[in-house]
Amino acid sequence: MASQTRMLFRHIDEPGLASIETYRSLGGYRALERALKDIEPDELLTTLEDSGLRGRGGAGFSMGKKASFLPRGEMEKFLCCNADESEPGAFKDRELMSKNPHQLIEGIIIAAAAAGAGWAFIFIRGEYAQTADVLERAVEEAYRAGYIGENILDSGRRVELVVHRGAGAYICGEETALLDALEGKRGNPRLKPPFPAIQGLYGGPTLINNVETLSNVPHIVKNGADWFKSFGTEQSPGTKVVSVSGRVQRPGNYEVELGMPSRELIFGLAGGPFEGHEVKAWFPGGSSAPVLTAKELDLPYSFEAMAEAGSMLGSGSIIVADDTVSIPHLALRTARFYHHESCGKCTPCREGTNWTVKMLERVISGEATPMDLDVISSVQDNIIGHCLCVLGDSMAMPVGSMVAKFRDEFEAAIEAGRDAAPRPLDESPTDVKPVPLEAVR
Amino acid sequence: MSDGWVPEIRPTDDMSAEERQRLVSSMRPEDAEPVPELHEVEVPDELKERIEAAMAKYPEVRSASLPGLWAVQRHYGWCTPDGIRQAAAVMGVTPGYLESVATFYDLFRTGPVGRHHVLVCHNLACWLRGSEDVLDAFCEAAGVDADEVDHIGASSEDGEVYLKAFECLGACDIAPMASIDERYYGPLTPDDARTVIDQLRAGADPIPDKALFGRETAGGPEPEPDPRVKKGETNLGAPGREAEEATGG
Repeated sequence: MASQTRMLFRHIDEPGLASIETYRSLGGYRALERALKDIEPDELLTTLEDSGLRGRGGAGFSMGKKASFLPRGEMEKFLCCNADESEPGAFKDRELMSKNPHQLIEGIIIAAAAAGAGWAFIFIRGEYAQTADVLERAVEEAYRAGYIGENILDSGRRVELVVHRGAGAYICGEETALLDALEGKRGNPRLKPPFPAIQGLYGGPTLINNVETLSNVPHIVKNGADWFKSFGTEQSPGTKVVSVSGRVQRPGNYEVELGMPSRELIFGLAGGPFEGHEVKAWFPGGSSAPVLTAKELDLPYSFEAMAEAGSMLGSGSIIVADDTVSIPHLALRTARFYHHESCGKCTPCREGTNWTVKMLERVISGEATPMDLDVISSVQDNIIGHCLCVLGDSMAMPVGSMVAKFRDEFEAAIEAGRDAAPRPLDESPTDVKPVPLEAVR
Repeated sequence: MSDGWVPEIRPTDDMSAEERQRLVSSMRPEDAEPVPELHEVEVPDELKERIEAAMAKYPEVRSASLPGLWAVQRHYGWCTPDGIRQAAAVMGVTPGYLESVATFYDLFRTGPVGRHHVLVCHNLACWLRGSEDVLDAFCEAAGVDADEVDHIGASSEDGEVYLKAFECLGACDIAPMASIDERYYGPLTPDDARTVIDQLRAGADPIPDKALFGRETAGGPEPEPDPRVKKGETNLGAPGREAEEATGG
């Protein structure tokens, strides 16, 4: 069995880890003490930048660099922890927050101190009600222990931390839509620039980081940048909690060093496809990532290798489709999601997702012509880069890649449809569900 | 409306385009809906306390819109026009503003729904593992229209169950799964779906053995920690020096 390297997931199933006593007994909050007492904010920023920690929410941008974009000086600054985790295939933050909330809180307070933010918010999706309850309890404990609030640990610093529940909108994971939702508005993305680091929440400079990114912070502050860089690859240092799901035998979260061969993750840790089946396509970074095929299974799982293969590591969520899955149906299911979640503000996304769904429905119901495939591809090309946020791109990339890489399947669906009477749309591809679910867990 | 407040003019769906246009062009700025005064609106104490507590938590009052609407929904079961008006009075915003927010988010209900909320995930990972069969079984057991469930959700006739096909709920590890009264359950079979509906109707706790919370991580029991991780855990001194020791430098 391939090896896991647990840093964030260390002690994950320790009973009572969600309580402050247990977390402290395992060494928790020592990094915060050190960060506030022994280290200057500038030095904290340098350490984070030197560590090479890249954002774990999707974009993979250097966390320290992002924090250094905030203007210096006396003004109200904000930190938002993005816990909206609504990318299909991602469920790492849920487990991190439900089981080890204090690791995140410690990371938030350190990052807020480094960036000079007096207010911090955890924007958690409303569906995670149980997890939000855990977080709220943990925040209360941390307030009582003096790790949050006025004059933290006698350092003279103040950080307030609020858990803010969303209410079911994928778009709120987009950072500027998240800010609007936090301000109590409909979650529509904003035009950038100005970027949130300059003008974000309530018009103030705002640092926005993912749950997993912030959970890494205490470890880096405690042990230094060089220690952190001893994990992973040169361009993707550290460990990554990878969510593996879809048609594999052991779906779940696995923490590994970045750069591990993807095959080891999917086969070694997640058990690979069910017996007698093969990997046909896989999303390496959630449903927004262009799909890869079985040929790319031996690539190292890292930001740089996935980008080189024309896809992305994204939030680190692998969804596996095996040989029982019809790719046109997979494309339709993907497109329907983005169509439903498009906020409707930008025309290319609102109309593009709508028409992509309609065209894919025609392919499957047997009413399309081969020319439609070129139209589908051109619609995808015309969405990418033409909207305020990347929601439309997130549909265009995987759907475009499926049409490009599995064009024969789409053509076969069209050909089959020509001879036969149109099939009802709701008729599911019967070969999608052969494996008994009892085999799973 | 409990306090007798009725909007004087309001476009409705059954108006013709002409009627609608006449109505809109007759509107003047002073017709705009005002912020309700707190003394005009009767707000249950518990609801008022909750909304005020939320308002106190943020640097700006409007940030309490989402928590305010959550409070309304928890109090009345859905975001009723009365409830929205009450929240608006407490917050000092127009009811129309809160309504615009409520209609944006999938988890806020703007119409009456069944008592128990069952959201069945039908996104990629769940779909790949048979969520369609599970959803069908749910619809059949609850006796609701599958097409409606797919779009805006539907409630059973006895008012016990509200069923909705939902986009990714963030629990692909237990696919196919569902959120039942804000708790996660999975992996589900069509049989589980039928059991859940029966149990909800009987007022019982649904399928406790399929609950997600408390379950151990997929990677299994804690492996022997990486030597670097272990070294890092004993690291208590100043960052620069200790870091060198930790990496063996």
